[in-house]
Amino acid sequence: MTQHDSGVTFGYLDEQTKRMIRRAVLKAVAIPGYQVPFAGREMPLPYGWGTGGIQVTASIIGPDDVLKVIDQGADDTTNAVSIRRFFRRVTGVRTTEHTTEATLIQTRHRIPETPLGPDQILIYQVPIPEPLRFMEARETETRRMHALADYGVMHVKLYEDISQYGRIAKAYDYPVMVNGRYVMAPSPIPKFDNPKMHDAPFLQLFGAGREKRIYAVPPHTSVVSLDFEDHPFEVQSWDRVCDLCGADDSYLDEVVTDDAGGRLFVCSDSDYCAGRRAAGHEGPAAASAAGAALSETMTAVSREADGEGTP
Amino acid sequence: MNAAPLMEAERPLLAVSGLGKAFGARRACDDVSFDLYAGEVLGVVGESGSGKTTLLRCLSGDLTPDTGTVLYGPNGNGPGLDVHALPEGRRRLLMRTEWGYVHQNPRDGLRMGVSAGANIGERPMAVGARHYGHIRAQAADWLARVEIENDRLDDRPVTFSGGMQQRLQLARVLVNGPRLVFMDEPTGGLDVSVQARLLDLLRDLVTRLGLAAVIVTHDLAVARLLAHRLMVMKDGRAVEHGLTDQVLDDPHHPYTQLLVSSVLQA
Repeated sequence: MTQHDSGVTFGYLDEQTKRMIRRAVLKAVAIPGYQVPFAGREMPLPYGWGTGGIQVTASIIGPDDVLKVIDQGADDTTNAVSIRRFFRRVTGVRTTEHTTEATLIQTRHRIPETPLGPDQILIYQVPIPEPLRFMEARETETRRMHALADYGVMHVKLYEDISQYGRIAKAYDYPVMVNGRYVMAPSPIPKFDNPKMHDAPFLQLFGAGREKRIYAVPPHTSVVSLDFEDHPFEVQSWDRVCDLCGADDSYLDEVVTDDAGGRLFVCSDSDYCAGRRAAGHEGPAAASAAGAALSETMTAVSREADGEGTP
Repeated sequence: MNAAPLMEAERPLLAVSGLGKAFGARRACDDVSFDLYAGEVLGVVGESGSGKTTLLRCLSGDLTPDTGTVLYGPNGNGPGLDVHALPEGRRRLLMRTEWGYVHQNPRDGLRMGVSAGANIGERPMAVGARHYGHIRAQAADWLARVEIENDRLDDRPVTFSGGMQQRLQLARVLVNGPRLVFMDEPTGGLDVSVQARLLDLLRDLVTRLGLAAVIVTHDLAVARLLAHRLMVMKDGRAVEHGLTDQVLDDPHHPYTQLLVSSVLQA
């Protein structure tokens, strides 16, 4: 285990700040889907990079926790690597890429494919916490609409999608009704992941740093995606499998491999994909040059990220 | 117009007493009282700045008056609802179900960023309609009733003319059959033929659905066509109040006489 940098408080934030954020988290858990304002702090990375999620993580992380950070489902992307390194430095906790080993998972854009258990906490980084924002620009009015459960405009937006595109075109950050009371923005996860939030055995916390809001979905809470009777909610599907591991049940990313139109479709969840490959599953392009190169790159990047290198 | 049946109604749909609202030292609306019965249309006329719109906003719960009460009695028996004492949620629900408000400027009453269909569908969706096909059919029906071509259903109101926007606003408000509608200069932006059609439509609705309305207008011709009773306002006070034909044919107050003589002879 890396020794935690004694020059900073455990978890970077001072004790009073952590206390304030924990109180906001407790309130959020008590009122599922309700956005609790909190006094967001400046963090040593820009807004939009996950300052909200980091503050939540920093407030609830303990020395025995095992942290996993993903961005777009992958452990090897810049945002994930830098946040993981940040926490290793300011807390000294063990970090991992394996979903099953982690006790805390900070995420941007995805819920891991591997089902999470009751002893795990999922922390989302949220850019725009207000689901009503695009229909109603005034914060005073949106708060009043939440207070009165005045949610007709959410369906106006969905109606508009169907009338313009023939279907509900919203593919990410798809609005949900939490616990039958609050409409909530699930952060920019693909709607593919929405069903995983419903009645989940794990705690889900959402932190928005710029907007200074924290909200939560406690375990075993109903999370229902909004829809119409004749245009029911449905998730994305692909008519192909992951080119590297052959999974047909995961969310696929398109990766351009050369400038001649070559492309691969691979799992966005890099740990899930690597796990399946280690277990002997093979996708249609796993043996091709491009497939081999891609999988080698992913392994190399994550090895580097998990190394003991100084930041 | 025969007002006799109106007098037989047991209690008023809307009972207004002593309504007053001041902005600073300026009294925009002062001691206004009237009763409105189901199926009755009250016209409020007066010049610009006479307090007509302020009165309307106080009636609809949008503004809180300084003095006086507004009682809404939907069932004709039992004590009416004190509109300004209702919790805001109830008042909003009322405004989306049994009431409607037609703004003078259609941009205030429409959602300019979404299509005409979505605008009309908003009220049904707000009270629980969740079948896209039905909502759309209803929107198309209402679009036809306000004489907008059906192929404009998916166009945004910004692409509509002023008159069409006003018609769309009417459709949006009337779609789920309110019982009481507040209208602020509803026919302001309409051309003459559509105005006539719209007045026909409104009269039709009033008679068939028992729709009651408070219509603020400066157009005495509109008032004569639509309103059963007329209230004349000047400087925030109701200076004259009576049956429409009576007020227009035999005005008592000097201001009403001025108003009638300056407009009707045209």
